[in-house]
Amino acid sequence: MKRFTQLIAELDQTTSTSRKTAALERYFHEVPEADRVWTIALFTHRRPKRAVNTAQLRSWTAEIAGLPLWMVEECWHIAGDLSETMAALLPDAPPESETESAQVNSLAAYLDEMSTWKEKTPEYARTFIEKAWRELDKESRFVFNKFITGGFRVGVSDKLLQQALARVLNRETAEIALCLSGNWTPQNSTWETLFFAETEDESRPYPFYLAYALEQDLQQLGNPTEWQAEWKWDGIRGQLVARNGKVHLWSRGEELISDSFPELSQSPLFSQMNAVLDGEIIAWENDAPLPFQLLQSRLGRKRITAGILQKAPVIFLAYDLLEWEREDFRSRSLAERRQTLEKLWEQSPGKEWRLSPALAFNNWNELSALKNAAREHLAEGLMLKKRDSPYQSGRRRGAWWKWKTDPYTVDAVMIYAQRGHGRRAGLYTDFTFAVYDSQRQLVPFAKAYSGLTDAEFEEINRWIKDHTRESFGPVRSVDAELVFELAFEGIGESKRHKSGVAVRFPRIVRWRKDKKVNEINSLEDLRQLIRKS
Amino acid sequence: MLIRFTDKGFYCEQGDFYIDPWKPVHRAVITHAHSDHARPGNAHYLAHRISAPVLRLRLGRDISLETLEYGEVLHMNGVELSLHPAGHIPGSAQVRVAFGKEVWVISGDYKLENDGLSTPFEPIPCTHFVSECTFGLPLFRWKPQELVFADMLAWVDGLRQEGKNAFIHAYSLGKAQRLIHALHQAGANIRVHGAVHNTNLALREAGLPIPDVLPVSAGQPIEPGSVIIAPGSAAETSWTKRFEPYAEASASGWMAMRGTRRWMNAERGFPLSDHADWDSLLQAIQLSGASQVFVTHGYTELFCRYLREHLQLDAHVVSTRFTGETANHSEEAPEE
Repeated sequence: MKRFTQLIAELDQTTSTSRKTAALERYFHEVPEADRVWTIALFTHRRPKRAVNTAQLRSWTAEIAGLPLWMVEECWHIAGDLSETMAALLPDAPPESETESAQVNSLAAYLDEMSTWKEKTPEYARTFIEKAWRELDKESRFVFNKFITGGFRVGVSDKLLQQALARVLNRETAEIALCLSGNWTPQNSTWETLFFAETEDESRPYPFYLAYALEQDLQQLGNPTEWQAEWKWDGIRGQLVARNGKVHLWSRGEELISDSFPELSQSPLFSQMNAVLDGEIIAWENDAPLPFQLLQSRLGRKRITAGILQKAPVIFLAYDLLEWEREDFRSRSLAERRQTLEKLWEQSPGKEWRLSPALAFNNWNELSALKNAAREHLAEGLMLKKRDSPYQSGRRRGAWWKWKTDPYTVDAVMIYAQRGHGRRAGLYTDFTFAVYDSQRQLVPFAKAYSGLTDAEFEEINRWIKDHTRESFGPVRSVDAELVFELAFEGIGESKRHKSGVAVRFPRIVRWRKDKKVNEINSLEDLRQLIRKS
Repeated sequence: MLIRFTDKGFYCEQGDFYIDPWKPVHRAVITHAHSDHARPGNAHYLAHRISAPVLRLRLGRDISLETLEYGEVLHMNGVELSLHPAGHIPGSAQVRVAFGKEVWVISGDYKLENDGLSTPFEPIPCTHFVSECTFGLPLFRWKPQELVFADMLAWVDGLRQEGKNAFIHAYSLGKAQRLIHALHQAGANIRVHGAVHNTNLALREAGLPIPDVLPVSAGQPIEPGSVIIAPGSAAETSWTKRFEPYAEASASGWMAMRGTRRWMNAERGFPLSDHADWDSLLQAIQLSGASQVFVTHGYTELFCRYLREHLQLDAHVVSTRFTGETANHSEEAPEE
């Protein structure tokens, strides 16, 4: 456990990729196989689910630390992280005590133990947890708490982990990526079965190829005829894996989402295919996309009822073919993959899917015009893909680019400030913004926290101190004076919000010190944006 | 009450003086020279002897300034006024004000740990104790400074082996000298920002054993593997370019929280504070024996509630303009 905590500290203490890779490499060489498998599982979003009720954890912490419960809860709100809060509040271990309990020293021992709690009593878990809290130092306590609260996340990208493992195993990163994808768990896998098994997993997806946002002028991309353009759809990126009569649907996070979309995963049409498709799962009706909010209602549900299927129908919009008739197509050119995909469509057309159209354009000006028209097609922009490019893995520059439409922007005034959580604990960083309604009353419509410099945050925090009207808990209402330009990606009507509008991905573009509150936009301006979109 | 909380600051009417006023007054007693406690524009200043050169540096050569030693008593219209070590930074003082049955101690900023440079905190018995609570939550419990410096030296050493400099953000008064003191003893090659250098000169004038370290501007090239100490505000300017390649760290109590560490975007955060942590605040309040406690800047509401409900103390929140320790040491402006 200590070695794993040390790894987390090493990863946390550097922003350099090469140092992170080196730290991972050293770690994999030093720890036993069971710990390696658990570590890979933890870094690939296969973390254990929350094993105990967090309200219980808070009250045990209060009891052991000799603090009133409200203090534990306030500290939690301020630190923004329960695991960190509990680690800080609990008394420190007497020196050397960790080595005494050799049986629970390995990472795998802790995690395997936790996975048995479902069948045991809460008292059993409590005894184990309190013992661990006594044995571990503050840093290890923090990591352990992350495990038991099911919140373990760490800043290791898939790419970084794959690179480190590739060096440990002396293999290609793409090969490692394939070994790590799919539906395995640390309980049903070993180091052996992950990396040295011959058996093929039918459900296994390929690593996704992801694009960066376009960084240069279109002219620099060369000849327009070398490029294919498609709409950038506002759905969920997915991979449809159809092999041997079975269909599996994977999200970009390599999560199996078949159950959320039975009309795709149980479709006889797909089960007769022998192909792996890359595309977009999108809510769709009458030849057009439906708002993204409808699609969201489909995710994370245990049971998809007939009502939901009717209210939020989805299709699979395919744009790439990664495998056909059990042959890996990824190294072939996009042009060839597209041709085969079109052939597949002709063979098996159906209401469950369609092809994302390749858009016709003769020069870059025509392409710009297409991008500006994207919103009319309910798309977020364009995807540009080089016709001769293979299907790569991970986020790469060069052959694929996303080119989003310009965001909407409005000027609004800050009316509430809330203390930041996590990364920005201790400062007021989460702001609520308002515009005027027809009676010249301010109506809140968006919350945003990113987009300002540290110096601006400092200045605004000093201002807030002198301009607070009321404070309630972590929130302060402030004088409506500071004007900000906000950008957002989409806007729609909403019954849940007082303003009647909901915006997507709001963020601060700049602090408009040059503007007074009477110069901000109105609710009517926002409604016009909805009508235009 | 002997001390009133006014919109200019803490006021003793009987002795006719203010303590750390934030608006200009006739007579100001200053606990220490940080800019949220020692403001310009007062007609007459009274502070500890060690604070004098720094106050002159910051507020002007020609301020009217009288100094006291720790424990020396001044009588003002029947009021006993004296300064006692607060352990916060060199020259920092708690102000004791006594008249009739009331004994007030306004502690300014303080810490209980002996940092080896500031005169260590002394508990002063009183009836009314005014305490800061910048870190008045049980989330904040400091490790002994030896352990923090050991971590810091290991980090500096690792960088030196890679041929990189270590750039550490710290307040130019107090924290910077504490770092210089510790790192110099360990043999580090230190260069400092001009604001730190000027403060070093002022403190040496006050008789403190500050090692003679070169300012960045001294002309000599910066040897790879050096430690650069500068206030946080300097870190956001192009001034830092000349230190490349370097890694950044911040030395602050806020670094005990992962959230602020990330927000600062420093590669490393060393939790090192010149303010009392949770345990020390409680200890100082107990040691004062005061029947009434007033808490000023920091997590005032929560700290006060704890004192009232959990320790059954007659505690109150007083609103001030003090800021305590800020997460990015943005007290001074860069001057180079």
